[in-house]
Amino acid sequence: MTRFSNAFSPDRAALVCFITAGDGDTAANLDALVEGGADVIELGMPFTDPMADGPAIQKANLRSLGAGTKTADVLAHAKAFRERHPDIPLVLMGYANPMVRRGPEWFAEHIADAGVDGVICVDLAPEEDPDLGPALRAKGISPIRLATPTTDGERLPAVLDGSSGFLYYVSVAGITGKQQAAIDSIEDNVARIKRHTDLPVAVGFGVRTAAQAEAIAKVADGVVVGSALVELVGEYGAEAPAQLRDLTASLAEAVHNARK
Amino acid sequence: MTEQKPNSFRNQPDERGHFGQFGGRYVAETLMPLILDLEREYTAAKADPAFKAQFDDLLEHYVGRPSPLYYAERFTDALRENAPEGKGAQVWFKRDELNHTGAHKINNCIGQILLALRMGKTRIIAETGAGQHGVATATVCARFGLPCVVYMGKTDVERQAPNVFRMKLLGAEVVPVTSGAATLKDAMNEALRDWVANVHDTFYIIGTAAGPHPYPELVRDFQSVIGIEAREQMMKRTGRLPDLLVAAIGGGSNAIGLFHPFLDDPDVNMLGVEAAGHGLDKQHAASLAGGFPGILHGNKTYLLQDEDGQIAEAHSISAGLDYPGIGPEHAWLKETGRVEYTSIMDGEALDAFQFLCRTEGIIPALEPSHALAAIMKRAPEMDRDQVILANLCGRGDKDIFTVAEALGVEM
Ligand SMILES: Cc1ncc(COP(=O)(O)O)c(C=O)c1O
Repeated sequence: MTRFSNAFSPDRAALVCFITAGDGDTAANLDALVEGGADVIELGMPFTDPMADGPAIQKANLRSLGAGTKTADVLAHAKAFRERHPDIPLVLMGYANPMVRRGPEWFAEHIADAGVDGVICVDLAPEEDPDLGPALRAKGISPIRLATPTTDGERLPAVLDGSSGFLYYVSVAGITGKQQAAIDSIEDNVARIKRHTDLPVAVGFGVRTAAQAEAIAKVADGVVVGSALVELVGEYGAEAPAQLRDLTASLAEAVHNARK
Repeated sequence: MTEQKPNSFRNQPDERGHFGQFGGRYVAETLMPLILDLEREYTAAKADPAFKAQFDDLLEHYVGRPSPLYYAERFTDALRENAPEGKGAQVWFKRDELNHTGAHKINNCIGQILLALRMGKTRIIAETGAGQHGVATATVCARFGLPCVVYMGKTDVERQAPNVFRMKLLGAEVVPVTSGAATLKDAMNEALRDWVANVHDTFYIIGTAAGPHPYPELVRDFQSVIGIEAREQMMKRTGRLPDLLVAAIGGGSNAIGLFHPFLDDPDVNMLGVEAAGHGLDKQHAASLAGGFPGILHGNKTYLLQDEDGQIAEAHSISAGLDYPGIGPEHAWLKETGRVEYTSIMDGEALDAFQFLCRTEGIIPALEPSHALAAIMKRAPEMDRDQVILANLCGRGDKDIFTVAEALGVEM
């Protein structure tokens, strides 16, 4: 069994939590997410030009780079996380340029060594998969793709081809942190996607509260929360872990019990 | 690179939008279906005589094409004064600074707004550096009655105030962007964020031959009117092709527009001029000279970046060249060796700016002043009967405040 199939169990939805590496005390923040009940961790690789992100995650990227975060630091955070938490799936999320800078093989080898399970590369369309996908798959790392409200049935097979782990459904056509989509549209789209794949479908973008998370957990396999957590890191700095633990716990309770 | 020389330099990109290893479609999934739509629509438009007729008509009667081809006699003579015996090539200008709105940017905007209308889009967005592309976009939006939002780095809003006011007069909303260094790269990020959130009704008019496929191709095709006209005019006036083409490069649209129609003429050499800012060992905007291949803003190309792939801030005195990337076709033309690239520093461009003002009575923009500075070095090494053709792609009205400040003059 892979860590992903353990995390996405058939009887309850999974909570997927995102923070940016190198923003605040990353180890303490990650531990707080796990203690709060996160089932999957997405660790953001900071980039100077996060063009798919809204203000909250843009600022987190700049805080991290401003504090001097290097690719080597991101890898070290991942590796240390894996040592502390052997069973929680760890996904790196970011933009193509930092991932391919030293070549896709270099990247795949080093993140495999760090114990990373999957990669979400926001600006690598399936059409450009050769830039990264083959190297990841050769090391047993899941390329996790995004589907959006604009991804129609004709295009879905191309998005799913070569992806594994789970599928990330971006519920709004927009950037991170913006308004959330209506639950009806999420339900329809998740059902539509599931006709094309057996992969678990996690839904994200704009999820901030336990009530929103609960509604989504009723109709999807996973709920992704990012900006709301990242904002706590920005606001509370060194005091962020306690805040992250509390918010994650309330989200986890809502997500895990949604279908009871 | 031991790449084999292609049979033609004019049949790129391939069907996936790649120029050799460069180009491509590196965008968020939300945009992919729209990019594919745009590609289909552009293919259809290219085959539609009505589209071409409308484009040509607007270029003639609204933009003022063809732009003149001009022999710069006094500029040529002045350079010959310090040239060795028998040296000092003739310098000719393709005068795209005489276009409506003052630069080549309008050629592309006419083409793209016609595509937007074909696709039924009702809202236009654009990014701008110097403000020339923003003004050209605001102009075509006014002409066709579409709302227009222009993203512009806050730094550029300050140093290009006259263009900001022009855009507002034309009815556009100018949004100052404060992220990063608040210049062109950041404006492009913000325009992409707007586009992702408004794909259903919004068309993004990109201002240079860069971005995801098919933008580099379609911008090049719309700007190729420059080279097509110049080739014809040169043949008619001199009965021969030029020996050397010279153009400044920000993203590369005026340069590729001039170069592309000549790429398969083996006797025509080409020189692209990047901005070396304070110097290649300091802050600059010369991505080919000082960058490495990478992925940004939808395409793979040469980028100014560090060893971790973080994008560096560019610097040039010219806002229109102040960008850490370059269009993918130039990256390919560099690797194949078909085009030579060089770079010019801020001070050299300023000198060339003043030199043209005094020798020809033409105030050039700071962008083509980089091309002029390169010619001032190159012409004296070439024979007197050789011909240099430069793209005078913009006029300098917008730059007089920047130049005054650089020269320590209070206005
Ligand atoms: C007059 C002029 N020339 C050149 C440029 C650079 O763009 P490109 O390299 O696409 O021609 C600009 C950009 O704003 C410009 O205004």
